[in-house]
Amino acid sequence: MSYLEYRVRFIPAGARKILHFNWALVILLIAVASVGFLMLTSVAGGDVSRWAEPQMVRFAAGLVLMLAIGLVPIWFWRSVSGLAYVCALVLLIMVEFFGTVGMGAQRWIDLGFIQFQPSEMMKIALVMSLAAYYDWLPLSSVSRPQWVLVPLVLILIPAAIIFRQPDLGTTVLLVAGSGIVMFCAGVSWWYFLGVIGAAAGMVFTVFLSRGTDWQILQDYQYRRISIFLDPSSDPLGAGYHITQSKIALGSGGWAGKGFMQGTQSRLNFLPEKHTDFIFTTLAEEFGFVGGFSLLLLYGLIIFVCVLSALGNKNRFGALLTLGVSATLFLHVLVNISMVVGLAPVVGVPLPLVSYGGSVLLVLMVAFGLVQSAHVYRWRN
Amino acid sequence: MKRSWAESDESAGVVSRRALVLGGAQLALLSTLVLRMRQLQVEEAAEYQLLAEDNRVNVRLIPPRRGKVFDRHGIPVAQNGQNYRIVIVREDAGNVEETISKVRRLVELDESKLQRALKEVYRRSPFVPVTLADQLAWEDVAEVAVNAPALPGITPEVGLSRVYPLGPDFAHVVGYVGPVSESDLAQAETPDPVLQIPEYQFGKIGIEAKRETDLRGRAGIRRIEVSAAGRVMRELGRDESVAGSDLQLTIDHGLQNYALARLAGESGSAVVIDVETGDLLAMVSSPSFDPNLFVRGISVKDYGALREDAQVPLFNRSVQGQYPPGSTFKMMTALAALRAGVIGPRDTVHCPGHLEFGGRKFHCWRAGGHGRVDLDKAIAQSCDVYFYEVARRVGIDLIAELCEEFGLGQRPDIPVSAVRSGLVPSIKWKAQVRGERWIEGETLNAGIGQGDVLATPLQLAVMTARIASGRAVKPRLIKSVDGVEAPVEPAAGIELPEGQMQLVRRAMYKVVNGARGTARRSPIVAEEFLMAGKTGTSQVRGISEAERERGVTKNEELPRHLRDHGLFVAFAPYDRPKYAISVVVEHGSSGSLVAPPARDILLYALFEGIPPLTAYPEDQREAIRQQHQEMVLRPRQKPVREASRA
Repeated sequence: MSYLEYRVRFIPAGARKILHFNWALVILLIAVASVGFLMLTSVAGGDVSRWAEPQMVRFAAGLVLMLAIGLVPIWFWRSVSGLAYVCALVLLIMVEFFGTVGMGAQRWIDLGFIQFQPSEMMKIALVMSLAAYYDWLPLSSVSRPQWVLVPLVLILIPAAIIFRQPDLGTTVLLVAGSGIVMFCAGVSWWYFLGVIGAAAGMVFTVFLSRGTDWQILQDYQYRRISIFLDPSSDPLGAGYHITQSKIALGSGGWAGKGFMQGTQSRLNFLPEKHTDFIFTTLAEEFGFVGGFSLLLLYGLIIFVCVLSALGNKNRFGALLTLGVSATLFLHVLVNISMVVGLAPVVGVPLPLVSYGGSVLLVLMVAFGLVQSAHVYRWRN
Repeated sequence: MKRSWAESDESAGVVSRRALVLGGAQLALLSTLVLRMRQLQVEEAAEYQLLAEDNRVNVRLIPPRRGKVFDRHGIPVAQNGQNYRIVIVREDAGNVEETISKVRRLVELDESKLQRALKEVYRRSPFVPVTLADQLAWEDVAEVAVNAPALPGITPEVGLSRVYPLGPDFAHVVGYVGPVSESDLAQAETPDPVLQIPEYQFGKIGIEAKRETDLRGRAGIRRIEVSAAGRVMRELGRDESVAGSDLQLTIDHGLQNYALARLAGESGSAVVIDVETGDLLAMVSSPSFDPNLFVRGISVKDYGALREDAQVPLFNRSVQGQYPPGSTFKMMTALAALRAGVIGPRDTVHCPGHLEFGGRKFHCWRAGGHGRVDLDKAIAQSCDVYFYEVARRVGIDLIAELCEEFGLGQRPDIPVSAVRSGLVPSIKWKAQVRGERWIEGETLNAGIGQGDVLATPLQLAVMTARIASGRAVKPRLIKSVDGVEAPVEPAAGIELPEGQMQLVRRAMYKVVNGARGTARRSPIVAEEFLMAGKTGTSQVRGISEAERERGVTKNEELPRHLRDHGLFVAFAPYDRPKYAISVVVEHGSSGSLVAPPARDILLYALFEGIPPLTAYPEDQREAIRQQHQEMVLRPRQKPVREASRA
């Protein structure tokens, strides 16, 4: 795969590339991140330096990284997809041996200057390599079983490792994100129906295994699920998070209690208020209007990405863009479903808003790839 | 691999179609989230707002200031003193053990209390203040305050705690407060939430208990915002508490103190009552105890000492102690007989030293007899035979009827704990309570205040006041509430001709001032304050016929607990009665030995202070002077006209 494969219709070069960035996307990302800064200030009781400032620094670094990646031609990124996958896999395996245990799971790797979650990196590396795979694979072979097996193996190896860490949320997001890339690449509907059927069977089996020797999930995960199904069964224990989160949301009402006036979050009734549950604070302090606005911003990001993908003549670029936006969407979906009580509590942050370094940086890298795909969208 | 144009276009078409499906699905799912948010934030908002408010706001009670109690001159009897304590907050203290050891170098801490406090420190949330020590001296607290920078998490605090500045003097009247116990809570008819406040002090006995609702006041409410962990964030608003009512007693602190000091060492009681208003000027039970011991919960050691004391200091003899009134009851028998007309004032009875009745010998206290006795002489010399005869003639039921009008057998209505009603037997009473027939011999015994007749010192004082005034005065203990004078009910008259009353008063005058009166050794010689009274001696043991043959053993030769109780009732001045008194001294041998303290207390009341020696008979003045020197009295405080009110 080389430059020669591309039929050059128009090549923006040098500084002119900057004009061809997807600036709408950049503005939307800044807008969402700004909502994050605001909420991180609020949950710190007005203290900007506690969470908002480090987050701003990281986001600024992420923006620079995104623009830098966007300047690099898309074919370069396609050619390093395999390498990225291998690197991420090696790091994932290393985490098994050298990782730091945090929150009861082995997820972090300490590179000295930064603590890093390889599972986050894998989300993007997997999307990249699947996009590259389908870019290479002729359309006619896409639904052939032997050609479906290859991406399945690519997905299941890291999924199994992450699941063992254990990190159910990331596993689900990884599998769902890669599935969406396969779906967009044109893999037959029947495979997806089959997988959904199998998943239903899995869920059944998982519940069947509870309390037996071959129990599949951790006890706390079962507890979270059963409490999700009936939060009132344990209002002060593990169901506390869901109940308090719903109270915060509901009490926000239409227009909210005002910036820094959220009693639920300010008085520590909310768990993980600066990370996974930050949306509750937003919805409490700015009400339905605030929550809806953030969802609208996310919706616009996805819309802009889909639009970019539709206009992309490059299959790798289009699939990558769709994959990245789908990953973002899945994070938003799972996180918000969790805080509004539609999904069990799984540790999934709200992208760009929750406090946290790896997720933010990995997402910005991913959007850098989307920018690159956008800049080079006229080539095939 | 080269890709053909056609394949590329077809592929782009597939991706576009799938992208549109994906976009649609994402839009649908985001819409679901929006709908869910709408449901929570718009439709069910009110419900969740309520829940959030519940979460946030906590209501704390502000304990009301307990009402104070003053004596009749506005001298504080029960007040709220400052209780200095030191409090530790674990999260501020850092190393708790080390901080406490530093505190111990400054202040002496009680080991067992400290251990309890330490447990509390680790059990509670780290930000909850726990009391390490209380009831500290101001110097100790100042020491801690000065060293505060070196003692992280330690703060000196001031709280209010009940203080009884006059100590034992009012212990039996005012009673005491103490920590609320489980059984107190169970007994409270309407459980006031204020009782749940830790360290709240609750009236246990006496006026503190009987007037608890007046003294308590109304708790205030503090609405505070709390975090999920219970930490107080800020105050949202408060309703101030309403302080309890201040009570003013009818008791005179100086007289109360003098009376208790005059009875020091004895087991007994003295009650002084105003014969016009019924105001109780003194009501003491000796020995007393220090009510301050009970305020913070009495120690097992102190309580054990009080319980095991042979003189039973916790027993309130003035209202709880029921004694056979002995000869002090003879006025009742006399008045009943006069009213019934069974004797005339000049009628006489012959006393040979005993009366034979129903095959039994009823003895007079004077074995040799009094010879011919009329009413005057019978009371003055306390002849038993005269009253046996008179009682026999009038019958028990008429005596009981009269006693009722003089308050005997009636429960006095004063706000003090364990007020007993005494007993005046009657034919009906015996049939109902004992299920037995009345034997006429019992009438004879009852006629001299023995047998089943029982009265408390308070009842005897009321009886004497009624004899003196001729009206049914009622005892009054609360003079005013919050400065508003408690109404004095005009006393009803007693259905007795004034002449008959005057006969009895005259005879009582002779008890003290007559040449052969039983209390002739303890008169008041001050012209304006002449005293009338009656001695009484009530037997504690039976005296056998054999002993009577040998000669009755003298009280002085008996072990103390077998000696007779001595009683004395009196009023003064004789011509225009002001105060009445009753004094009972357990095992005091005889009424004539109890007359001196009664006279002294009455004199103190009349002079409103230590009486001049000229009020005493000349030959006793030197002894009285010495007695006054030896008595340990509190200095009498200047009256405060307006009871100070916070």
